[in-house]
Amino acid sequence: MLAKFLARRLLLSLLTLWAITALIFAGTEILPGDVASAVLGQSATEELKAALRAQMGLDRPMLTRYFDWLGRILSGDLGVSLANGFPVDGLVAPRVLNTLYLAIVTAVIAVPLAIALGLLSAAFPDSLFDRVVNAVTLFMVSIPDFLIAIILIIIFSVEMRWFPMMLKRVDFSDFGGAMHALALPVATLMLTMLSHMIRMTRATILDVLRSPYVEMALLKGASKSRIILRHAAPNALAPIVNVIALNLGYLISGVVVIEVVFTYPGLGRLMVDAIGMRDLPLVQITGLIFCVTYIVLNIMADMIAIMSNPRIRYTS
Amino acid sequence: MTEMVGTSGKTVAAPRKRSKRERPKLNLNGWIGLIIVGFGILVAIIGPFIAPHDPGEILVWKAYSPPGDEISFMGSDALGRDVLSRMLHGAHLTIGIALISNLIGFAMGMIVGFAAAEIRGRTDDFITWLIDVFISFPPIMMALIIIVALGTDIYVLIGTIAVVSAPRIARIARAVAMNVVVLDYVEVARARGESLTSVLVREILPNTLRPLAVEFGLRLTFAILFLSSLSFLGLGIQPPAADWGSMVRENLSGILLGSMAPVLPAVAIGTLTIGVNLLVDWMSSQSGRSISEELTQ
Repeated sequence: MLAKFLARRLLLSLLTLWAITALIFAGTEILPGDVASAVLGQSATEELKAALRAQMGLDRPMLTRYFDWLGRILSGDLGVSLANGFPVDGLVAPRVLNTLYLAIVTAVIAVPLAIALGLLSAAFPDSLFDRVVNAVTLFMVSIPDFLIAIILIIIFSVEMRWFPMMLKRVDFSDFGGAMHALALPVATLMLTMLSHMIRMTRATILDVLRSPYVEMALLKGASKSRIILRHAAPNALAPIVNVIALNLGYLISGVVVIEVVFTYPGLGRLMVDAIGMRDLPLVQITGLIFCVTYIVLNIMADMIAIMSNPRIRYTS
Repeated sequence: MTEMVGTSGKTVAAPRKRSKRERPKLNLNGWIGLIIVGFGILVAIIGPFIAPHDPGEILVWKAYSPPGDEISFMGSDALGRDVLSRMLHGAHLTIGIALISNLIGFAMGMIVGFAAAEIRGRTDDFITWLIDVFISFPPIMMALIIIVALGTDIYVLIGTIAVVSAPRIARIARAVAMNVVVLDYVEVARARGESLTSVLVREILPNTLRPLAVEFGLRLTFAILFLSSLSFLGLGIQPPAADWGSMVRENLSGILLGSMAPVLPAVAIGTLTIGVNLLVDWMSSQSGRSISEELTQ
């Protein structure tokens, strides 16, 4: 039963992944005008353009081209950048590592902190602490992330001169130095992600606390900490893991803006630059990497939710 | 533009106006939110007419000059243009585009969501799957792909935000409509032989407006932030026109010079979204759901 359900879910995810490759292909290969005139310029003759199209395989039917493209990517041939002729995989690889570094450092700090703060504010609903957390997090989720970045830069970079604002190059072999350089982008990402996670964790725990078995435990005379840690937390675990996965997904898109603010050499900035230069092979691959990561995180969240919750397991 | 602002203002305000008898009172946060949103909409409408200077005109040949004879109290931007005038024009673009795209997104999402709930069966399964596919696309990636394909025209931008929002709205509209399609009076309407359109518009729509009004506010915040982020990345409104997001981008270097030019538009975006959220928070407290519950959906 469970295996069948999981298989069904995985199959749907694979279908989704396939749909996304189709959408990315459609967006970058079918619609954006004539590649031949873009490469050769407006003044090129029709014969020249036709020759180039034939050479690039653009005169073949769309479906053939799509499956050809998909096959090449699956076999690891990511193509060549239109802007500078370098292979895409060589351009993308270091950027992926940089972005992963940023994301992992952020997640390692933000996730435990968010769960702790979310638990605390759910444990004391409507207390002063809860209200302060609620106001601050509502503020943080409301404002754009580049505003948080600007405020942090003004305070810690321009006024205090503690941390750098521009990160053209970061030396990761020196851990302390890298942490110092990454302080502001990590803080910005953390503040936005933390706020979403705290709010979701709090809502999840409060939801569990409203369930009958918690009331039962309360009536039995169990202490508040025992109810939260022994009764509520295990049942809230799956939704909280779900929240974490969702927010790591958020991190994926939040990272694009933050990398641009701090001129950080990550995958997000690579993609924005590639779009600016209409470097389509690069746009396809960076877009695919972001989308696939996002989907895999969401699938993992679903799987964990299904496996840890007998109610979902049996009713489905 | 004016007409658009008027209609959507009505949609947001719908739950407040529902009846004189049970008109709920605005709390303090609700008032603050209402004032911010009202002021924002007012500025969006009249902003371009009261701007002291042409937003594209270079008034002084000095970046980030302080307020003076030529320049109004907000100073000049990186190119020596009047920040206040650009802010006023930017309000028009930011709020106007966010509202229009949100309205289009709601129209699309509600039609699809309601139809799925009413028709059911395989159509519903297929639509639900399609919605899931669209939602599993990270919003920013979807927007970037569309922009790569179609360019950064203002109509493309409006369409992009609408298309990113629509599946999320459709999912909620479907969920809300699911509770309504089973009610007796909808059954009666079907038995009378009413057409699908008539059932959707006359039976289902009126009874889903209240929960969807809260959603409208939440999606509006998303639209404002999303548009601002795209413009900030240089992929939204293109120069010389500028919404608030592109103003932040243009003047980012001013941070180092202590200029307020990049800070003011960012603060304006933040204030506006906080205002909308306060109003949404109040509205959802009226319908018995908190914003955090909305967020966890």
